Amino acid sequence: MNPGEHVTEIVIFTVLFLVVSGMGFVAARWRRPQDLASLNEWGLGGRNFGSWITWFLVGGDLYTAYTFVAVPALLFGAGATGFFAVPYTVIVYPLVFLILIRLWSVSHVHSLVTPADFVRVRFGSPTLALLVAITGIVATMPYIALQLIGIEAVLKTMGIAGSGFLSDLPLIIAFVILAAYTYQSGLRAPALIAFVKDILIYLVILVAIIYIPARLGGWEVIFGRAQEKFAATPAQGDGILLNANNQLQYFTLALGSALALFLYPHSITGVLASKNRNVIKRNMSALPAYSLLLGLIALLGYMAIAAGVKPIGTDNNTVVPVLFDQMFPDWFAGIAFAAVGIGALVPAAIMSIAAANLFTRNIYREYINPQATDAQEAGVSKLTSLVVKVGAVLFILLIDPQFSIDLQLIGGVIILQTLPSVAIGLFTRWFHKAGLIAGWVAGMGGGLILLYNISNPAIKHAHFGGSAFPLAKLGLDTKMTIYAGFLALLLNLIVAVAGTLIARAAKVPDGPDGTRPDHFTADEGDPRVKDLDLSSST
Amino acid sequence: MTTPESGQDRTDRSPWNWLLFVPIVLPLLTFLFNADEPRLAGFPLFYWLQLAFIVVGVACTTIVYRMTK
Repeated sequence: MNPGEHVTEIVIFTVLFLVVSGMGFVAARWRRPQDLASLNEWGLGGRNFGSWITWFLVGGDLYTAYTFVAVPALLFGAGATGFFAVPYTVIVYPLVFLILIRLWSVSHVHSLVTPADFVRVRFGSPTLALLVAITGIVATMPYIALQLIGIEAVLKTMGIAGSGFLSDLPLIIAFVILAAYTYQSGLRAPALIAFVKDILIYLVILVAIIYIPARLGGWEVIFGRAQEKFAATPAQGDGILLNANNQLQYFTLALGSALALFLYPHSITGVLASKNRNVIKRNMSALPAYSLLLGLIALLGYMAIAAGVKPIGTDNNTVVPVLFDQMFPDWFAGIAFAAVGIGALVPAAIMSIAAANLFTRNIYREYINPQATDAQEAGVSKLTSLVVKVGAVLFILLIDPQFSIDLQLIGGVIILQTLPSVAIGLFTRWFHKAGLIAGWVAGMGGGLILLYNISNPAIKHAHFGGSAFPLAKLGLDTKMTIYAGFLALLLNLIVAVAGTLIARAAKVPDGPDGTRPDHFTADEGDPRVKDLDLSSST
Repeated sequence: MTTPESGQDRTDRSPWNWLLFVPIVLPLLTFLFNADEPRLAGFPLFYWLQLAFIVVGVACTTIVYRMTK
């Protein structure tokens, strides 16, 4: 597309983007900490966020630009299966309410910053903590890259991104700005920006779901056109309803994604930054307001079908931006594009902070400099957050975007393998550290083998072509598919149980548990275990 | 270390927590909602019922939050 036709959109996008970036720099002075040089302040915003900030922060964290672009793209391409995002976000909040709240308490008592910190204290095993930390970092990288794909889709629609180095320049500039203010302000930057992001997104979506259906002739017409499109395609799996073969996939994907979501280090960062247990609980009952929004956003995919949108090239991720470009006046399309672009910045910042904290606490402090001071930790995290973002940009520049979406699917499958040590570990200390390590190895290996064997002819990938594993490949006489992460997690759990029993029988020494039952229910104001000496235990 | 009297009596066990399993299980029962009819304002059942589950989720979580505060 020609950038000349999109001057109004480009100007509005740029102005809003720069205003918000300015806020990111000012955020360092927001809720004035005496000193930003500690992970508590830089990486967790002082662990003092109340209900409103947490609502915007966690919401901004879980509903990313990629969600706004990719979920409708899924409905556009495959129909009902893409709607799994709605049940998935219904399931996730009660799970957090029951499980992550205990992580908040034990982290409060022990000044923990990452999920791997918890595993370190709970199971007394630096090795297991290292595995959890590496899993978190590896799973987060492609997730950050996906945020860039959201920005890229918008830039493409405005005609200012394509191929070659110069066309990638706007994307690189956007990320340099993001990196600079995250470096300076830490978690305060995305927390403050999240307000603007959400106001813009709500505005755009409310207008979109009233204005666009009205112009297209109503919801009957939209669903009818989608039905016609899917009926005309040769593919078996699409349609506005599920069929006999993808129902198992639908619910295992919804459940698996919900379990994976709160194991991602960045969602944990958002939860740990809140002030007390009540803030989290209240948020878990209020956050589903976003799910309603997500459900309606998803249906933008069908609106794009009804409006006859053609994606740019083969990139289905551009259908929502193109729809906005076709339906809205230029000035409002500019606001909508800014909403998507800023929507990418908030989660990308939180994710890079979370990954940096994992490196600092569970690799740098554990293996490189056990005597690290608070200021040194903050310094290392700030630098690592830059490295992580450079890595994400390289992902986008060097790798086909379609491939990085596949990497994201792998990310979900691998982060699920930390469930036995993190989520189950919050309730029981039954597992032996050796069993958990064996389970992790089995689940990770098994998961990657499953993913390797998933092909996707539509995007010409023989391997890693998605997350729907055909049960027929296990020798079952059926066309049904199942979410690969679900099978890998089952394998992980079975091996972890067997490994625990074997380790007990062989009297393999287990690590010490640094927690007490009341640590899991502690609240704001309870005394903390300060300066816990992590380096003395094995 | 923590002082002995801290938080000893607090617990997060409550029968109300069972209510949270409703929004966890309900969205997984695909046979409940995998149908076109009846439509609501042009939305097939598959879409409006799953959006309605969000409201069920909010209601259950809010009740449990109020009762366990």
